[in-house]
Amino acid sequence: MNHKYEVLIIGGGVVGCAIARELSKYRVSAALLEKEMDVGMGASCRNSGVLHAGFKYAPGSLRARVAVKGNALMDDLCRDLKVKIKRIGKLTVGLDEEDEPTLRHLKEQGDTNGVPGLRVIGREEMQKIQPGVEGYIALHSPSSSIISPYSLTIGLAENALANGVNFHLGQRVESISQQPEKGWHVRTAAGEIFEAQVIINAAGLYSADVSRMAGVDGYTIYPCRGEYYVLDKRLNGTLTALIYPAPKKNAPGWGTHLTPTVDGNILIGPTAQYIKEPENHACTPDILRRLRIEGQKLLPAIQVSDYIRNFAGIRAKQTPPEVGGNKDFVIEDRKDVKGFINLVGLESPGLTASPAIAQMVVEMVGNHLSLVPDPSFNPVRPGSSDFFSELSAEEKADLVAKDPNYGEIICRCEKITKKEILDAINNPLGARTIVSLKYRARASMGRCQGGFCIPRIVRLLRDEFGWRPEDFLKRGVDSPLFVGNVRPEGGQA
Amino acid sequence: MSIKTIHRDVVVIGGGPAGLAAAIAASEAGCKDVLLIERDRILGGILNQCIHDGFGLHEFKEALSGPEYAARFINRLPGLGIEVMTGTIVLSLSPERILEVSTRGAIQYIQAGAVVLAMGCRERTRGAISIPGQRPSGVYTAGAAQNFINMENIMVGKNVCILGSGDIGLIMARRMTLEGAHVEAVFEILPYSSGLPRNIQQCLNDYNIPLFLNTTVTEIRGNGRLEGVKVAQVGKDRAPIPETERYIPCDTLLLSVGLIPENELTRDAGVAMDPITGGALVDDTFMTSVPGIFSCGNVLHVHDLADWVSVEARDAGRFAAAYVHEKREASRQRITIKEGDGVRYVLPQSVSGERDFILSLRVTAPWRNRAVVVRSGDKKVRRKKIVRLHPAEMIRINIGKDALAAAGGSSLEVSVE
Repeated sequence: MNHKYEVLIIGGGVVGCAIARELSKYRVSAALLEKEMDVGMGASCRNSGVLHAGFKYAPGSLRARVAVKGNALMDDLCRDLKVKIKRIGKLTVGLDEEDEPTLRHLKEQGDTNGVPGLRVIGREEMQKIQPGVEGYIALHSPSSSIISPYSLTIGLAENALANGVNFHLGQRVESISQQPEKGWHVRTAAGEIFEAQVIINAAGLYSADVSRMAGVDGYTIYPCRGEYYVLDKRLNGTLTALIYPAPKKNAPGWGTHLTPTVDGNILIGPTAQYIKEPENHACTPDILRRLRIEGQKLLPAIQVSDYIRNFAGIRAKQTPPEVGGNKDFVIEDRKDVKGFINLVGLESPGLTASPAIAQMVVEMVGNHLSLVPDPSFNPVRPGSSDFFSELSAEEKADLVAKDPNYGEIICRCEKITKKEILDAINNPLGARTIVSLKYRARASMGRCQGGFCIPRIVRLLRDEFGWRPEDFLKRGVDSPLFVGNVRPEGGQA
Repeated sequence: MSIKTIHRDVVVIGGGPAGLAAAIAASEAGCKDVLLIERDRILGGILNQCIHDGFGLHEFKEALSGPEYAARFINRLPGLGIEVMTGTIVLSLSPERILEVSTRGAIQYIQAGAVVLAMGCRERTRGAISIPGQRPSGVYTAGAAQNFINMENIMVGKNVCILGSGDIGLIMARRMTLEGAHVEAVFEILPYSSGLPRNIQQCLNDYNIPLFLNTTVTEIRGNGRLEGVKVAQVGKDRAPIPETERYIPCDTLLLSVGLIPENELTRDAGVAMDPITGGALVDDTFMTSVPGIFSCGNVLHVHDLADWVSVEARDAGRFAAAYVHEKREASRQRITIKEGDGVRYVLPQSVSGERDFILSLRVTAPWRNRAVVVRSGDKKVRRKKIVRLHPAEMIRINIGKDALAAAGGSSLEVSVE
């Protein structure tokens, strides 16, 4: 099948979705291709869920610019898209006098980058922000925040879709060619052809491959895996700010740290380990053990029963293991290859920067097409950023009176209602996997990890939508939940 | 919208074996205002998916299936006038015994004279025991797989490995085999089985399914669906021995690695907990540290047999009714009970000394021909010889109040000798 668009975005991570949403403000025909069965299946939803302030990046770098600007754009964006965000701020803590110059340097750097409200504070003030924290001195960055990476990525995609961008899920790009006068031909593994005048490479871990397919060599992505633990909500409220150790010279990252999530869990991690396979999201015994030991040191209240899950995300690094560190983002409107906007190596702070990157990219699209604002653009996504369980008893009662499906709890740990499950299944993108449901409705993200709710969700989807056992997939077509019926349906017992 | 508050004398949370027996006992003890709350559409709890037999051997002196066992209780509810709310979940419980409940069509508050906690337990997951590896589909807790197969007519896989020799895992090894799957083996990290000996015989040995002790799963492989697992023997410290690692292709891994009492509501209510059982601290009336809140069944401590759940819950229900009618306060005089050598936990953790009671306990390792001894200081209160002791089996011992009074003292210690 042939599809024709003016602009084609390759990759449905948070950056691709932000570009789609930014483009949807204009009268332009655009589509997004995603190889997975939903958006946000890669690093976009496998991270700490932190918005960075932007003091860590070298002044004048692209990373510094888009991080600071992206962070500043988030309040309005989250309000419109119904995305949970908490401006809890961050303490970068120095343990002794030796750390002071580092922190002072970070403050200066941040000031130069335009980071708002940075202050170097002492022990007393630090402990007012986070009771119990131990340190000599700290850099407080009030714009450091936590956010729901799931809601942000999905919200951007849904709003883009509502404003006219098409989403083609399950379309893995196989080859790209440019034909004189006709523009780009993008062929997918499913055998479909997408024609476009401008293509945007937002393929994350595969950005170097897509770049090469479009005729731009010279980039390499080195996948670098980070492992995490997720802690039980029992510890919710323990952390009132983000706490990071002051960076040490020659250390690869920030070291293990704890991050509260907007949904009330705490994450331990991430680690950094270069791997060969770009999609091997395995967690490994030695790293898990190390995370448990270091997590315990940072938060002695952690009990064995608080570890409810582990997961991994993979960074798209441009620096090989022997070099380490980071290279600046590549965001380029290639002059040598007309109509190819190339984004390579958007690792952290990609989530934070996504709305600013989207603005930059759309400006570049304007070099190729005339962009006319669409007066019918609606920035607001319907719904609520709060789950039913987060409402007051009175608000809950109102909803239950309006729709009895709110009165039926399907996921007992997270107290997710049948209505929320139905809404998630009826999502506008048409994503239908168990992970899609989880990212939208939080079902199975609690302490029983779906032992209770997955059988109930299966029953619900079978009874209300006629799903057969083979229709249930975890993430993709290669991850069926079941092999079929035990006995033929409708037979005698 | 304002929320309606209703009053009930005894509210039982959970309609499984514990809740059913507690509600019936409260009613039989003379309480005319008993409410039984169940979150599922039907009563019976986990019994509904336990279609194997072996239930009721103690209670009814016959072997029943889970649903048959549940029906014996459920059928008595209408005659006793017990009010039942199904499809209803308790969102929160306050120390003043006010329940916030959600049901189709309404949220309401219930002020209870007494509350019996009977929420049962949940299964420990892959995440809780940190099995390394990828996250493919095909990894299920044994109980979830049992639900799919027995309740939903859905087959979860064809080539199966089972980690953990808990009873549900053993039952599922047989069940999967009967439905045409190949069960490769059951792996148990401990040097002994976590399940009942009768299940080892009837579910594994009778079907030639091997049980590997001192063995665990060290890695899960597969990007989409499970492709296989690595298993390895473990040393005394339970750490895997790398040289013993081997790979087993399979499309399904069932986990039967322990049960966790489901005590989120209990904690809400500020009830003091026992870190070993994962349940509440209770006295000889099954009352928790919060007056008027009682606990029984698997939410209190994980039982080996449903029959013992029923026995325990009957006591809890009876005492809850008595609490409402007699406005009985917790007795001041308390005798605490502690675990000694060879005992993993004891229950109740304190008693009044005013009545006979049953001591429930589990041992820390398997033994033969030992005695369980209850002492007050150096005075012996009770000694019971037991031929076979096993951590998988609960031990129940009657303690008479006269023996207790004769020994005196304010604390008891229970040990294996």
